[in-house]
Amino acid sequence: MSHENEIKSLVWGAVLLVLAACVPLVANGYWMSIALTIAMFTVLATSWSLFSGPTHYISLATAAFFGVGGYLVGTGMSDYNMDFWTMVAIAPVVGAVLAFLIGIATLRLSGVYFVIFTLGLAEMIRTLVSWIQNNFTGSRGLYVLTDLTEADIYIYLVILAAVVYLVGWWVNRSRLGFALRIIGNDETVARHVGINTATSKVILFTFSGFVAALVGALIAPRYTYIEPNGVFSPEISFIVVIMALLGGTGRLWGPIVGVIPFALLQEYINANYSNYSTLVMGIAFLVIVYFLPKGVVGRIEQLLASRGRSTW
Amino acid sequence: MDIIITGLLLGGTYALIAFGLNMQYGVARIMNLANGEFLVLGALAAFWIFVADSISPILTMLIVAPLAFFGNWVIYKALLMPLVRRAKNKGQLEVDSILATFGMSFALVGIMVSIHGEYFTYSYLAEPFEIVGETFALNRIVAFCFAVLIGVALWLWLFFTRPGMAMRAVSVSTEASGLVGINVQKMSALAFALGGAVTTMGGTLISTFITLDASVGVIFTMKALIIIIMGGVGDIRGAIVAALILGLVETTVARLIDPGLTLAAAYAIFVLVLLFRPQGLFGRKPT
Repeated sequence: MSHENEIKSLVWGAVLLVLAACVPLVANGYWMSIALTIAMFTVLATSWSLFSGPTHYISLATAAFFGVGGYLVGTGMSDYNMDFWTMVAIAPVVGAVLAFLIGIATLRLSGVYFVIFTLGLAEMIRTLVSWIQNNFTGSRGLYVLTDLTEADIYIYLVILAAVVYLVGWWVNRSRLGFALRIIGNDETVARHVGINTATSKVILFTFSGFVAALVGALIAPRYTYIEPNGVFSPEISFIVVIMALLGGTGRLWGPIVGVIPFALLQEYINANYSNYSTLVMGIAFLVIVYFLPKGVVGRIEQLLASRGRSTW
Repeated sequence: MDIIITGLLLGGTYALIAFGLNMQYGVARIMNLANGEFLVLGALAAFWIFVADSISPILTMLIVAPLAFFGNWVIYKALLMPLVRRAKNKGQLEVDSILATFGMSFALVGIMVSIHGEYFTYSYLAEPFEIVGETFALNRIVAFCFAVLIGVALWLWLFFTRPGMAMRAVSVSTEASGLVGINVQKMSALAFALGGAVTTMGGTLISTFITLDASVGVIFTMKALIIIIMGGVGDIRGAIVAALILGLVETTVARLIDPGLTLAAAYAIFVLVLLFRPQGLFGRKPT
């Protein structure tokens, strides 16, 4: 990418960001709530694809980190009388440490082990937290009472999205991003040219854990009442994977192309045919694998490329 | 003593389920995350037929097995073969098959929830039975015996027949077994179908003593995977030992600490295995 192109894309990014930040001015309650969901999944799916896109390691741990963030805010404010912002500062650090530990335990091994491990992680943390609550602390639900509105949370998430995009842009240009792409292409080759494969993967995975926990903490006031079964719902992980892959992980802005339509679809299904939400998720996975292996963005780029070649 | 026997009985059934997944992953090279849903389908069939006509789950198993065999064969041929052909390397096949079987798993859960959204509660052989002075539920013992029976039959087939030998060859190396004239694609499809049938039978057996519901399949997929990884992929002896260990640990934790922590216990084992013996209990370090 030339220097001029780069500046152009930065300007475009900034313009879109300002537009996104204006949504609360025009949106009413219902659309504000949908915009908030979209902002939340944009941050989650983009930070997910920063790690999983180049390395092809499918992480299903998003719900675990998200839940840790939300739960820490809940327990900190209800049980220990902590300030909301203090907890928001603590939560992502805990998420990052957790991701780091999981990373060093599982990322040295093949991809399958990692998927399986992350698959049950949220469920395991949920049962542990419920057990501790039932036996030691007594209370089951936790209240998060702040005077933040949905529009406030939305703005925080848009700012966070901007930070994630900047980090992603920087990683793609750095040695780290280059290393990750080589790992994704062929891990053996990467190891042989002297890349410390485990360290590179752990760094990015830790970052995605940090971001997911931060999102969980920031969005906690929206739910007011935090319950382990709610915040650790494994569905979040799957939705994030579907959205990111649907959009395409080849580009930094790919995931958001999947986030918006799928969030609207989910909203529609949940409102009208809530019994079929699982079936819809299953079909979405199958559609991605069989028809959109590189996501919508990848597909469009492919079409453009083939058209360019035929007119040549 | 009570805990040990209950744990071993549970482990026996786990071993059968893991055996099914082991065939699918070890021979057909498909990490089938929809495996647990076939288990639940087996349980659902047992529940359905038992409630409707009070036919014994053991008989149901005989109906369910060929159906599951056929169903899995079709899935392999129609949905997974294209992925095998498309994949440029092992890693890509792994990612594709994980995503595709996730899709199948969700779709199956969705369908099963719409068929029967509640618990599959029924009571079969819930009678006391005495071993060495202690009482156990007869259904657990019957399930264990049938699990052993099916396991032994499969083992004999794998080790003492020509197709069984061909299948073991494919599990060692797809390229080399192709070179010596084994039809690898046919064998993979057969292994996948057989594995699915075994897991479904395991589900029918489990449903006699554990109450399942439509969405619980993923837990059993996880347990089967933990067993396979602990035992070493493709290692039958390792998988049996691993399944018995898992059954024992889960029962011990459930009895002595809290039944809610069984999954956490399974996970703790998993982490230990990953950290210290990722090649499996009896596996050798790759050179």
